Amino acid sequence: MVLFRKVALTVVMSIFALAMLFPILVTFSNSLMTESEIDYNYHLIGKMINVAAGEKNGFINLKLIPDWVSLSQYGEVLVHKPLFLHMFWNSVFMVLPIIIGQVVAASLAAYAFAKLRFWGREKLFVVYLMTMLMPFQVTLVPNYIIADKLGLMNSTAAIILPGIFSAFGVFMLRQFMLHIPYSYLEAAKMDGAGQLRIFYSIMLPLIKPGMAALTVLLFVDNWNMVEQPLIFLEDAFKQPLSLYLSRINEGARGVAFAASALYMAPMVLLFLYAESYFIEGIQLSGIKG
Amino acid sequence: MSSGIRLLRKDWMAAVLFLAPSLIGFSVFYLIPFATGLIYSFQDNTIDGTFVGLDNYQAVLSSGSFRKAAANTLLFTGVSVPLLIALSLCFAHLLNRRLFIRNWLQTAFVLPLVVPVASIVMMWQILFDWNGTLNVLLEHLHMGRMDWMKSEWSMVVLAVVYIWKNIGYNIILFLAGLQSIPKDYYETADIEGASGLHKWLHITWVYLTPTMFFVVLMSIINSFKVFRETYLIAGDYPHDRIYMLQHYMNNMFMSLNVQKLTAAATLMVAGILLFVSVMLMMERRFRSFME
Repeated sequence: MVLFRKVALTVVMSIFALAMLFPILVTFSNSLMTESEIDYNYHLIGKMINVAAGEKNGFINLKLIPDWVSLSQYGEVLVHKPLFLHMFWNSVFMVLPIIIGQVVAASLAAYAFAKLRFWGREKLFVVYLMTMLMPFQVTLVPNYIIADKLGLMNSTAAIILPGIFSAFGVFMLRQFMLHIPYSYLEAAKMDGAGQLRIFYSIMLPLIKPGMAALTVLLFVDNWNMVEQPLIFLEDAFKQPLSLYLSRINEGARGVAFAASALYMAPMVLLFLYAESYFIEGIQLSGIKG
Repeated sequence: MSSGIRLLRKDWMAAVLFLAPSLIGFSVFYLIPFATGLIYSFQDNTIDGTFVGLDNYQAVLSSGSFRKAAANTLLFTGVSVPLLIALSLCFAHLLNRRLFIRNWLQTAFVLPLVVPVASIVMMWQILFDWNGTLNVLLEHLHMGRMDWMKSEWSMVVLAVVYIWKNIGYNIILFLAGLQSIPKDYYETADIEGASGLHKWLHITWVYLTPTMFFVVLMSIINSFKVFRETYLIAGDYPHDRIYMLQHYMNNMFMSLNVQKLTAAATLMVAGILLFVSVMLMMERRFRSFME
């Protein structure tokens, strides 16, 4: 009886799990179709059919299994569409500095918030938290003006710098550091180590899992950037892959699936590789310190 | 005593050094823009503006498109957030039971969280297009087609997309909450012959409350991020039902109407802050009640 319930529940949950995976599976399986097959299946997307004019009423034809498994979409995207790879690297070179910069700046600040006593500590932390709640559009104009004043317009720095200093990393690493007992640090203090020394040789090794989790979360969030490049990068040549895809979906539908698959693959692989860090990071940020 | 003060002063100096890099950047890219935006919202011009009191706010509040956007945002957040939370709590409970392949199932629920929005837009088009897969199903059931993205249903589509993406995040948080409840509470209740519902209300619900506060907050923040999906699927001017505050602000930006934009932004922030303060107040009440 217990076994039966266990099996039944597993089956039900598997159905839901498949529904969750469905869009991802379709993207990957359809990326293996030839362009003509894609065109045949999906050419009716966004078309109004005029029945009165004698056009045949039809539907798109969602298919999971390709007629021929082919890598032609990938070939087309990678070889014949140089802009794709270019923008892929744009994305990479936008995300990496943000991650490195934020992990460094945030771990320093988080140490101050978690382990140093100073006047106004809690109030300042609340201010950090508040900015996390605000949608990007709220500070759009002043951000634009500041980027303009600093001469960052149409440069990726206008996206990287705000990315580095977003409050999220400070928040998460502080949560992580709160779990590390003072006694670990006291011992070093007794030996006469300065704060920088304590931070570097005691705190940093202890929060490595937290930094890994932050890295994964930042990667996911920034790889997905849409609003910022739309505003700050007029030059299509500098834009990240997210914007390329929004355009490709309108035009070259034949290769959209392969492009999408290539775009999501790094995220999916990183997630599967670092899933425990990812989950730990999310759970930690939810635990009250 | 004197050594204590010296220690504090030492802490203070170290704190300045540790905070400096982050605080400088944070001020330049977040605090100063926010303060500037606040000032703009009370002026008639960004360059040498004069103080005009609440004129901008009046203009925004009487604008039809702002009202529409605010109503839609409220409606979307008000309906889809509770729905998301109920569903994710339900699935967290199920995943917390005896199951085969539990880790695989959990992975499947969390995976959409890492899938970039832009790479899945094509998929939403296939499902919700006039000639799309959902309409194929409807036609089979002899219910006729639906223009999903260009009708009142567009908000339902957004809710589905939002739930698909965010349910895994909440499930993880709830699972951590559920697993932190000591097992013997339930065992004691069993001995006293408590019913399942009773146990849920008096143990599970009470001990999940701290998690719940955080989940509600994060779900609301994430509900604002649905703008990305809406924008990529439907562009600058989507159907009236899914014209959100972010669309309004974006369009004000494009038409260079800084006054209306900053006033609208301030109103939105005020709304968020009001809600957060109420939540924090409730949380404090709850904590003192627990003690």
